[in-house]
Amino acid sequence: MDVQQRIKEQVESHPVVLFMKGTPQFPQCGFSASVVEVLKACGVREVHTVNVLEDPEIRQGIKDYANWPTIPQLYVNGEFVGGADIVREMAQTGELQKMLEA
Amino acid sequence: MNLAESIQASLAELEPISVELRDESDQHLGHAGWKAGGSHFRLTIVSARFAGRDRLSRHRMVYDALGPLIREHIHALAIHALAPDEL
Repeated sequence: MDVQQRIKEQVESHPVVLFMKGTPQFPQCGFSASVVEVLKACGVREVHTVNVLEDPEIRQGIKDYANWPTIPQLYVNGEFVGGADIVREMAQTGELQKMLEA
Repeated sequence: MNLAESIQASLAELEPISVELRDESDQHLGHAGWKAGGSHFRLTIVSARFAGRDRLSRHRMVYDALGPLIREHIHALAIHALAPDEL
């Protein structure tokens, strides 16, 4: 299966998917860590995380998938939401919580 | 031209009213990907071009303007992209 197809399957088979550097327990990047924290603060219990450092193909492929050059990347219900700054801003305005309830 | 100056120059195409670029590399001393200066930045950019656009498209405009800089040279960039009436 090609990498774009693998990514599509991942983002469509879980309601909340985070492509990050490291793991929620041991994030390897401050931006990735901050998205994990925001999701926790929003009461999200189940996040499917993908450690891009363990999969170079996904690390590159995810940038093409969303036409977005940076990681982390958050997906909710199959839709690309944004990176760390956008996720933080949307949590502050309540937009993220609304999206997570939907 | 150092990286900060290259970033500033690339952003000119967005016709910004103001650009504030802070080099925060020293706050990230020693972790993977760190380089002495010029690796971690925080950008606040104000431009009329952002008016009426959502956050994703504003960030994409910034990324597009930065081109190869964001893909190859910048380790980390926090972005605040505002329209003039949001100041």
